[in-house]
Amino acid sequence: MIAPELAARAEALLLDAAHAIDDDALESWPDFFTRDASYRIVPRDSHAAGEPIGILSCQGQGMMRDRILALRTANIYEPHTLCHVLSRPVLTATPDGGVMSRCNFALFRTQQAGSTELFAAGRYLDRMVEEAGVMRLAAREVVLESRRVDILIVLPI
Amino acid sequence: MSAALAQPLRWPAEGNTRVPFRVYSDPDIHALEQERVFRGPLWHYLCLDIDVPNPGDYCLGEIGETPIVVTRDAEGALHALVNRCAHKGALVCLKERGNAEALTCVYHSWTYELDGRLRSVAFRHGLRGKGGMPEDFDPVKHRLQPIRLATFCGLVFGSFSPATPDIETFLGPQVAGVLRRNLGRKLVRLGRHSQIIHNNWKLYAENVRDSYHATLLHTFYTTFKVNRLDMDGGMILSDDGRHSLSYSKRDSLQEAAEYADVHSAQYKSGLHGPELLDAFTEFDDGITHMIQTVFPTLTVQLTLNSLAVRFFTPRGMDRTELFWNYLGYADDPPERTALRARQANLTGAAGLVSLEDGCINEFVQRGSRGSPDATEFLEMGGREVASSDGSRATETAIRGFWQSWRGLMGF
Ligand code: FES
Ligand SMILES: [Fe+2]
Repeated sequence: MIAPELAARAEALLLDAAHAIDDDALESWPDFFTRDASYRIVPRDSHAAGEPIGILSCQGQGMMRDRILALRTANIYEPHTLCHVLSRPVLTATPDGGVMSRCNFALFRTQQAGSTELFAAGRYLDRMVEEAGVMRLAAREVVLESRRVDILIVLPI
Repeated sequence: MSAALAQPLRWPAEGNTRVPFRVYSDPDIHALEQERVFRGPLWHYLCLDIDVPNPGDYCLGEIGETPIVVTRDAEGALHALVNRCAHKGALVCLKERGNAEALTCVYHSWTYELDGRLRSVAFRHGLRGKGGMPEDFDPVKHRLQPIRLATFCGLVFGSFSPATPDIETFLGPQVAGVLRRNLGRKLVRLGRHSQIIHNNWKLYAENVRDSYHATLLHTFYTTFKVNRLDMDGGMILSDDGRHSLSYSKRDSLQEAAEYADVHSAQYKSGLHGPELLDAFTEFDDGITHMIQTVFPTLTVQLTLNSLAVRFFTPRGMDRTELFWNYLGYADDPPERTALRARQANLTGAAGLVSLEDGCINEFVQRGSRGSPDATEFLEMGGREVASSDGSRATETAIRGFWQSWRGLMGF
C-alpha cells in the first residue's frame, strides 16, 4: 500500500525525468537525482546475472553532469531526439518515507533523416527518497530488454 | 582469382595505400569473403573458455555467416561444431549458452554426442515394424560437422581450413606476448553487450587499426589525457602485417604544440566526477593503453584498467555486430572490480571515448555510397606496412589489414 499523495509524487518524478530527456532539457536531468545517486543502464541478461558492468554507469550527480557536458561539447554523433512512453508504475512505500518503483518504458528515437524507430524497451527500477521536501532518485537501474544497442547510446535513457 | 566476381576487381596500382570503396558495397565480394576469409586459413574467435567452464556446457558462436556451437565434453575437451543438423539443417542448439548431456535437434529429435557424433535417430526402425530409415542407414556417416579448434589465453578459436597454421604461429610472438600479458591469468566476465553498426565489417577492422583518428575524433581521450599521440607509444605490426598493437604510456605525456589547433583538445572543462579516471598500476612496463588487433575480427583492449575482448561479425553487407566482453581477473579484490566497472564507461556502445565509432564507420559507408571506384587515401606515416615505433600518427596497421585481406581474396 502507498498513500495516494506519495504515489502521485513518485509518478510525477518518473514523468518529469523522462520528459526532461525528451525535451532536450538535459542540463536539468541530474537534478532529478540525489547527490550521490547511482544510475546504470544494463542489459536484462547482465542484470539477471548480477554482472557489475552494464552499458553505462554514473556514481553521483557529478558523473551525470559530465555525461551531459560530454555529449554537448565533446561527443560526436548524428543528431537525434528521444520520446519515452511509460507504463503505470508499481510503487511500494519504504519505511524511510521513500518509494520503490518499477516502471516499464518504450523509447523511440527519431534521427534527422526522419525515421522514428523503437530504440529501446525495458524497465526503470528506482529507489526514490524525499530530500528537503523534494522527491529524488537515489538509485536508478535502467534494465534494457536487449543487450544489443543500435548504433550508440549518448543521451541518457 | 577474382573470376568469381561478376565484375573483376583490379586493385589500384598504388597498392595498400588505396582501397576502392566497392569493397564495402559489392555483394559478390561479400559472398567471396565467406569462402576466402571466413573459411580461409585463419583462426576466428568463437568465445571465451569461461563461457563453457563445465562438462556439458555449450555456447554459440559464428564464423562469418556460419553458426557454430562450442561444447565441452564429459572429459573436459572442447569441440567446435557447425550448428546445423545433419538431417535437414536446422539449428541444433538454440540457447546462447547452456548445459546438456547430449545435443538434441528439436525438429525430429536427432541426438548428438557433445563431440558431434550422431547418437540416435528417432523412429530409426519405424513404428510397429513400418517406416524408418533404410536398412543401410549408417549413423557413423552422419554427424555435426566438426571444425578445428584452438585455445590461447582463454580465447577459443575455430577454423574451417586445414591450411591454418597452429595458433601460436598464426598469432606470432608479439601478439602471443601481449595476450599472455593481458589475458594470461584466470579471467572472469564482468559484463557483456553488443552494438549494431551500420557499416561493412571491414570498416570497423580499419577503425580499430586507425591510431590516427583516436585522439582527433574521440575528444574525451585528448582532453582528459587518457590517450594522446604526444605520449610515448607506438604501433607494432606482426611480421605478416595483419595483427597490430597500438600502445601508449599515460605518464609520459609531453604536450605537443600540434594539439593546440586540434578541435578535440579545445574542451577544457574538468570533470565533475573525476573518480571516473581513477586507475591503479597493474603492469610495470608503464603501458596504460593497448589495442591489440587479431586479424580479422578480434580486438583485445586495455584502456587504463578496463580489459575487454571485442569481437565483430558481419550481419550482411552494410551491418556489423560488435560484441563487448568486459573482463577482470579471478583474484581481483572488490576495489579493483569497482574501478574496472567505472572505467568501462570509457568504451562500449555508450563509451565516452568509443561511442563515436558507432556512427563514424556508417558515415564512411554512406559517404562512399555511389562511388565504388573512388578510393581511400592511406599514406599517413608512409606507404609501407611496417611497425612504427615512437609514432602513432600513421595508417600502417590499416595498410597491413588490406595487404592481408588482398592476399586472401586474390586481389
Ligand atoms: S532437422 Fe534436425 S532432426 Fe530433423
Ligand atoms: Fe575509435
